[in-house]
Amino acid sequence: MSTVTEPIPLPELTTDELARYSRHLILPEVGVEGQRKLKAARVVCIGTGGLGSPLAFYLAAAGVGTLGLVDFDVVDASNLQRQIIHSTRDIGRKKLDSAEEKLTALNPSLRIVKHETRLTSANALEILKDYDIVADGTDNFPTRYLVNDACVLLGKPNVYGSIFRFEGQASVFAAEDGPCYRCLYPEPPPPGLVPSCAEGGVLGILPGLVGMIQATEVIKLILGNGAPLVGRLLLVDALAMRFRELKLRRNPECPVCGANPTVKELIDYEQFCGIEPKPKEEVKLQNGIPQMTVRELKQRMDAGDEVFILDVREPYEYQIANIGGTLIPLNDVPRRMTEIDPGQEIVVQCRSGARSQRVAEFLKQNGYDRVANLAGGILAWADQIDPSVTKY
Amino acid sequence: MTIFIPTPLRSYVGGKNAVEIEAATVASALAQLTAAHPDLRRHLFNDEGKVRAFVNLYLNDEDVRYLPAKEETAVSATDTLSIIPSIAGGSPFMPCGER
Repeated sequence: MSTVTEPIPLPELTTDELARYSRHLILPEVGVEGQRKLKAARVVCIGTGGLGSPLAFYLAAAGVGTLGLVDFDVVDASNLQRQIIHSTRDIGRKKLDSAEEKLTALNPSLRIVKHETRLTSANALEILKDYDIVADGTDNFPTRYLVNDACVLLGKPNVYGSIFRFEGQASVFAAEDGPCYRCLYPEPPPPGLVPSCAEGGVLGILPGLVGMIQATEVIKLILGNGAPLVGRLLLVDALAMRFRELKLRRNPECPVCGANPTVKELIDYEQFCGIEPKPKEEVKLQNGIPQMTVRELKQRMDAGDEVFILDVREPYEYQIANIGGTLIPLNDVPRRMTEIDPGQEIVVQCRSGARSQRVAEFLKQNGYDRVANLAGGILAWADQIDPSVTKY
Repeated sequence: MTIFIPTPLRSYVGGKNAVEIEAATVASALAQLTAAHPDLRRHLFNDEGKVRAFVNLYLNDEDVRYLPAKEETAVSATDTLSIIPSIAGGSPFMPCGER
């Protein structure tokens, strides 16, 4: 497997670097040569969030010479529970600037390359081509498949991690020898009646665990030492604190890395993942569902209108804040539909309006005619109607 | 055998992270599991009764897709079956409703 391209002679270590990396240098598995490999290495982290934070931090500490960061987001208070590269005073700041500052403070001699953009089919090959290793810290399926395909097309190893609540996955998708992410999961799940990324929740420590596994794999690939997670899927269950390992096989019929690939260039990954492009102007109807604003709802409530507010969040979310809706968590809706009167006007509500939209669509498909989605959810309610409602 | 249930599906098996099933094959273990917990069925199988493309089944550490007998592979009491859905950034993309 290709790691660092060798033709250029490895850079020498300065006196300062010899001191800084002394604990590496005395390891026979690293040594001066390994440290020079790290200095020469170019690694790009896709995302500087939960996984990217520990990843970038440890790669910087370890002396990886060139660190690319791809992100377009700004720091939000809700990030800080896990995205340890960002601090409270960084709220509202670009994640790239915040991350660069911390990484440079830790290791000033690094070259940090900031790519302030969403990774897309149009720019991925151009951005990733200048790096030796890609570390995927993305939180969504379109980008996951995009990074995978781009890495296969470019012949770059893809160090993968992903998390959900208390569970994580990690592997190394070795570009040339496979297997790749599509061998593991040929198709993305359809965007169904599920919590969106922000709403599923995650134990803050978990991306730390998984991101550090990714960092370890990156370092091993650079050093060319140890047994990389190639062909193995590592599962982390933080609640049980159990690590399991499954065999990952190359799919001979894989559309990207198989014998007869059908995907030879980057495709439209939003479409591949079943995500409709968002219309530019504000819409009153979305997928046939009327979008009620919080102001409209407030007016209706004040006027004493009979509106059934269906809150589809989880019970613990309801405890944090609610606007007096009837709680039926999203996953329970299909089997608790008898509790929802089809004759009544229904306004479905969640945190931001995403889950409730899906439930509204689901109800409409099941014969509920008078169903609207509360646009912006309880967050919009807190912003525009009642600031005493806790935002979370 | 033991069937490990991933976090997104635990609500359909009473919150348990593992279920014990006595079965002769992978297929019959899954059939018993979904018979006992009918809500699970649509999460694991598509309308044609095939395992969904974003759900992987592992018998011990081996992907069932690559076993010679696939889901007809014989199992014993000490075997484990793991259901491994694709996950991303705090999002369990499991279809929770018929769409």
